[in-house]
Amino acid sequence: MLLPEWLLNRREFVAGAAASGALTTVPMVGPSPALAETAPTNAVRLDVNGEPHALTLDTRTTLLDTLREHLHLTGTKKGCDHGHCGACTVLVNGTRINACLSLAVMHDGDSVTTIEGLGTPDDMHEMQAAFVKHDGFQCGYCTPGQICSAVAVLAEVEQGVPSHVTGDLTAPMALSNIELRERMSGNICRCGAYSNIADAITEVAEARG
Amino acid sequence: MKFATPAGENPIDRLSVVGRPVPRIDGPRKVTGTARYAYERHDAVSNPAYGWIVGASIGRGRVVSIDTAAAQAAPGVLAVLSTLDFAPLAPGFRTTVHLFGGAQVQHYGQAIALVVADTFEEASAAAHLLTVEYEVAPGRYDLAAEAATAEPVADRDAPDYPVVDRIGDFEAAFAAAPVTVDQHYTTPDQTHAMMEPHATTAAWRDGKVTIWTSAQIVAWHRPDLAKWLGVTEGDVRLEAPFIGGGFGAKLIAQCDAPLAALGARAVGRPVKVTLQRPLVINNTTRRAGTHQHIRLGATRDGRLTAIGHVSLNGNLPGAFAEAAIAPTRLFYAAPNRYLTMKLAALDLAEGNDMRAPGEAPGLMALEIAMDELAEKLGMDPVALRIVNDTQVDPREPDRPFSERHFVECLRTGAERFGWDRRNPTPGAQSDGKWLIGMGMAGGFRLNLLLPSAARVRLEVDGGLTVETDMTDIGTGSYTILAQTAAEMMGVPLAAVTVRLGDSAYPVSAGSGGQFGANNATSGLYAACVKLREAVAARLGIDAADAEFRDGRVLSGDRSVALAEAVREGPLVAEDGITYGDLDEQFVQATFAAQFAEVAVDGFTGEMRVRRMLAVIDSGRVINPTTARSQVIGGMTMGVGAALMETLAVDVRHGTFITNDLGFYEVPVHGDIPHQEVVFLDYPDNKSSPMKAKGIGEIGLCGVAAAIANAVYNATGVRVRDYPITLDKHLAGLPRVA
Repeated sequence: MLLPEWLLNRREFVAGAAASGALTTVPMVGPSPALAETAPTNAVRLDVNGEPHALTLDTRTTLLDTLREHLHLTGTKKGCDHGHCGACTVLVNGTRINACLSLAVMHDGDSVTTIEGLGTPDDMHEMQAAFVKHDGFQCGYCTPGQICSAVAVLAEVEQGVPSHVTGDLTAPMALSNIELRERMSGNICRCGAYSNIADAITEVAEARG
Repeated sequence: MKFATPAGENPIDRLSVVGRPVPRIDGPRKVTGTARYAYERHDAVSNPAYGWIVGASIGRGRVVSIDTAAAQAAPGVLAVLSTLDFAPLAPGFRTTVHLFGGAQVQHYGQAIALVVADTFEEASAAAHLLTVEYEVAPGRYDLAAEAATAEPVADRDAPDYPVVDRIGDFEAAFAAAPVTVDQHYTTPDQTHAMMEPHATTAAWRDGKVTIWTSAQIVAWHRPDLAKWLGVTEGDVRLEAPFIGGGFGAKLIAQCDAPLAALGARAVGRPVKVTLQRPLVINNTTRRAGTHQHIRLGATRDGRLTAIGHVSLNGNLPGAFAEAAIAPTRLFYAAPNRYLTMKLAALDLAEGNDMRAPGEAPGLMALEIAMDELAEKLGMDPVALRIVNDTQVDPREPDRPFSERHFVECLRTGAERFGWDRRNPTPGAQSDGKWLIGMGMAGGFRLNLLLPSAARVRLEVDGGLTVETDMTDIGTGSYTILAQTAAEMMGVPLAAVTVRLGDSAYPVSAGSGGQFGANNATSGLYAACVKLREAVAARLGIDAADAEFRDGRVLSGDRSVALAEAVREGPLVAEDGITYGDLDEQFVQATFAAQFAEVAVDGFTGEMRVRRMLAVIDSGRVINPTTARSQVIGGMTMGVGAALMETLAVDVRHGTFITNDLGFYEVPVHGDIPHQEVVFLDYPDNKSSPMKAKGIGEIGLCGVAAAIANAVYNATGVRVRDYPITLDKHLAGLPRVA
């Protein structure tokens, strides 16, 4: 084959994109592509906060919308649906991810921890309690994502996972202020509670020693 | 209760609960994800359908046709609402836009269709099957290009000022001044970028609709929604108990609210709608960018003799001007003044309120100009501001400030920040490869008085229930209202339940313009005074000399348990605060001194904020914890304004291309150091019985200029066009070791 298949496809895509750009001034010619009569679905098994769930989901459903719209676990927030803001951060098999960037069908058999799995108003996780104590939030919308990230950050440091600002990769890893801020930078807080969030996380880290 | 004379001593002055740094009472719900926001009301609505908004992909013109056939035939689709099938929704309160309906496209991203389907995925997929034909009209998208057409315009929120506001003889004084600054500054369009996009769930029942929405001010939404839906206000129930930030974006209804309700009516089922993040930016409102011309004339000892401030910006025809000259009217003394705003027509998403409207962009320019003047005078920037302090309205010298302790803010800040360690010579301080600079600026924002009402009920178990349509957008309303009620009635904080954001409750000031805390707590104060009277009457005690403390009512030698008053049933009182003319007799305002230390990479020009301090004079602080959070939040937004935030306009198509949180950069953890806040303790008895003032916006005012001045102090390269990105000073950086 003279041209790799991906290049051919990309050319078609670019041509199509240019054509649709022009559609702002002229009517679309020809019929729109139709969708299938029903959306394809898949069975997905998830363990969420220790509870097993067997779901049949439209394959386009993100992990985020699965949690929010199907399991009604609305503690995980949708701030952008683009992977920019971090409000949808959850732990999947112990690793933090943006749930909006992941389809549920990619997580068959996975174990998910959401903010609801960390603690309840009457029995808060230490990180949740520290956020309340240090006023590490205002509107509360980014907060579950911040807390899930913070819990994961402490685990990452404990496991020696380096970050962009880690200096000496052979030295024991410590959660300096800049390490903490770098690792939390995927979680936007527009209310601007960063200074207090840093205090909350630092307190939990120091209490663990 | 009418507040027409300065407050005397009152029960709030005990400060046994008010004034204490108590943690947020809604905190445990927020940190556990159990606070429900507008799109999350599975508790109230089962089986909602999902609406997906389609925004116009042209900047100005007309929708000729929308072919909905393919979308309507798509799986799961219940209805497609086309803008062509609806009469235009008349512009609502404080806006000129038609949120939906009709063929006219006023700006890019305007809602032209709603696709309603069984699932979010089906609605989204079907929305891409619409075929829209437009007739494109030429649009005005470039402020610089339209500048020549701009006309002088009045200030929407201060219409009593002359359009061209002249005092003395500005031109003569400026020409005669031995030291002058004459510079142009620009601030970009900005977006609020609150974390929760606009969202609404709507459900109809028997011709009445319940709307769960993300609203800062319930009473600014309800009348418009009733009008658009063709029902009475009484038929609209609006609930907004939790709001994921707003910063002005949610003061008035956006298209999600009417579209959810119209969609729900069309499909006979509850519908929920949220704006996709790019639509938040292109469909709703922006803080309008400005071009500002500032001229300062001063004597050699630094006394301002002339202030000229002309601000240009652009907005949809009929919409308002960003009042960037507002702070200049009142901040500094100068006998000769020339202030005016000019407005050009621009066909961009509407410029409207964003946190500290007017003051924030105005001070971004004015406070750089003051720094430039200080340098020309060879004077310390702190000292320059102290010399030019005024205790009266420069326009009306008989009108004093109610409380103004700006000079103390400056002095306290300079001392705490170690300002004496600043090297006044720019570009002369380094730390390895980093150029180090310190900067400061003043902050000013008016204190606004608005009526606000509340209801308070003493329950038979001794608990108190507070109800008001006030909202908590992250500001701490739940907590400070509970503190107010506890203080007034002499009960512990834990005995108070606060219910907010429901149109069934008494109408409050709402959250905006930093007027929420002072007015809403004062409205509750009024209701509590009434409840105290009712309690005293039941107990046969004279309310005038009764003291409410520790769950008891004390009068003379009598001491009765508060619970005695509700043996026969709960007692309810409802009242509100209204105001006389104390805000006309006195200028009521809040003040800040902002300090920043910045490091600039001498090789790359990259800027890092190392330290920040704000000293705030904003009357009594009701809760130092939540108040501090308001201020650090403002400081953080100020870092964004200084160094990164800009809505880049594609002037060909009238669209903001930085239309999501990846391209519209806001500060993240890595950008923000530890922040210090100091509150001065000057209760303002002209403001309200709470003696508090606004706190939500003053924290932002002056911050960007303080950082800009710090960057200049580090580099010696003066950037007057925000945001200060490294490309703007890289070529001029001094050599580093």
